[in-house]
Amino acid sequence: MNILVCISSVPDTTSKINFTNGNSEFDKNGIQFVINPYDEFGLTKAMILKEENSGKVTVITVGKKDVEPVIRKSLAIGADEALRIDMDPKDSFSVAKAISKYIKENDFDIIIAGRESTDYNGGNVPAMISEIVGLPFVNACIGLELVDGKAKLVREIDGGKENVECNIPFIIGGQKGLVEESDLRIPNMRGIMQSRSKPLNVIDYNEEDKHTSTIEFSKPKSRAECKLIDSENVSDLLELLQNEAKVL
Amino acid sequence: MSVLVYTESWEGKFRKSSYEAVSYASEAAKILETNVVAVSLEEVENNELSKLFRYGASKVISVPSINKGDSKSASQIFTDLSSDAQLFIFSNTITAKMIAPRLSVKIGASCITNVIELISSKDIVVRRKSFSSKAIELVKSNTEKTILSISPNSFKIIENIMKEDIETYEFSGNGDVTFNGQDISKGKISISEADIVVSAGRGLKGPENWGMIEDLADVLGAATACSKPVSDIGWRPHSEHVGQTGKLVTANLYIAIGISGAIQHLAGVNSSKVMVVINTDPEAPFFKSADYGIVGDAFDVVPKLIQEIKNLSL
Repeated sequence: MNILVCISSVPDTTSKINFTNGNSEFDKNGIQFVINPYDEFGLTKAMILKEENSGKVTVITVGKKDVEPVIRKSLAIGADEALRIDMDPKDSFSVAKAISKYIKENDFDIIIAGRESTDYNGGNVPAMISEIVGLPFVNACIGLELVDGKAKLVREIDGGKENVECNIPFIIGGQKGLVEESDLRIPNMRGIMQSRSKPLNVIDYNEEDKHTSTIEFSKPKSRAECKLIDSENVSDLLELLQNEAKVL
Repeated sequence: MSVLVYTESWEGKFRKSSYEAVSYASEAAKILETNVVAVSLEEVENNELSKLFRYGASKVISVPSINKGDSKSASQIFTDLSSDAQLFIFSNTITAKMIAPRLSVKIGASCITNVIELISSKDIVVRRKSFSSKAIELVKSNTEKTILSISPNSFKIIENIMKEDIETYEFSGNGDVTFNGQDISKGKISISEADIVVSAGRGLKGPENWGMIEDLADVLGAATACSKPVSDIGWRPHSEHVGQTGKLVTANLYIAIGISGAIQHLAGVNSSKVMVVINTDPEAPFFKSADYGIVGDAFDVVPKLIQEIKNLSL
């Protein structure tokens, strides 16, 4: 069982978001980077599948050298090998194309990506990979089981879930439910020690065919200070929601 | 040339987000000086399809013989129907997010999601939400064809009555997945596109106390949601978890009851237009992000609120 997990390095959720270079780029200065939360569920699921079926877990990321601590962390969690495609990600298509090139040249049974990354929130990469490589795809995947050489998957749909089956190999966009939050693996001391001797290979990549360009980032208007309403006069709240905020 | 819009149906019915998408397509078509073709997947009856002509569709193509979760076939259908289309409009649903990126690869179009404003000229430049709504990105499409996926509740439904013209398209290709049934909670309002969401957290003390939350949601016609700890300990189903790693809320009104407002929670709900917090702890971080707040006990405030709303008969 050869499993590839796509990992994105994203700012920690508590980060202050600022921009640089004429507001056209995210300012990485002083930011703590972490494994994209959606990818963490996929990585743990990959570890469990490996334990049940034996095999190998490879993690792949697209980025410059500064993303290595994050991918190193996935080795500490238990991945066997890490790959970094040496490219500064510009948009979802360029990232999907770079990862797809690697997938086509290798042999994977299962490819797990996160439903979206918590930085740019595009949510495009897993579906784009499926189309470029030509693999079955299920997004918002909250259940994955291998039965008789096939994959039984559960996907979240509006107001419920849907059971889906497909052939192996396949790709999913994963999220919570693939494993529970309480099952998420975190690096232990042994894992951290072992991760230092695991391979982290860098792949040169020089194509850049992006479909979109960022012109600038701005911040949404900040909310006015919270208006407090006395708990004895809840009708005042309704009055404000009707006549001031106009949402009732 | 035309604008192609995917109008998603659930159990044979269109929802608000489908009409928002048609309205968006129709306004965009005015700028591009062209017309709107709506595409409907799965079985939808003609009287339901007809509703799309109220919001500017000049043609509706119905493709009954497909499951919309089959993104391989769905994206092929849009490719087949796209010959003269330059702009494609989707709404940001779970299913559309499977189809749109595959279509974008097939036809070499850019795919821009979380869009919150109308295009302003023939050059496709739009604003989209980014960084969990902590930033807005102005982004330009570099390709001849562009797919825009519209964030729910960010674009108004606009009436624009057109003559009816319904066509059926039979698709016979093979998908890459097979379906083994759905498990849907009937009659629930969808969190992702609800106007109002009533959400509660650990302050409710136990699952047995959710009756009043459901009652409040009922009188407001709202969807119910919950914080992550509450779904993690199993008081409420995972499908109700809103926040980072859960569902994203883009409601007009979000009411948070007994939720402290951890940054991970706010990341998933702060694109709601108006936020109300009810919490016993005046130091709860949510008060820093909300528009209106009541410092008080949910067990006291919520029943009073329900009564007042009933009196107003909203």
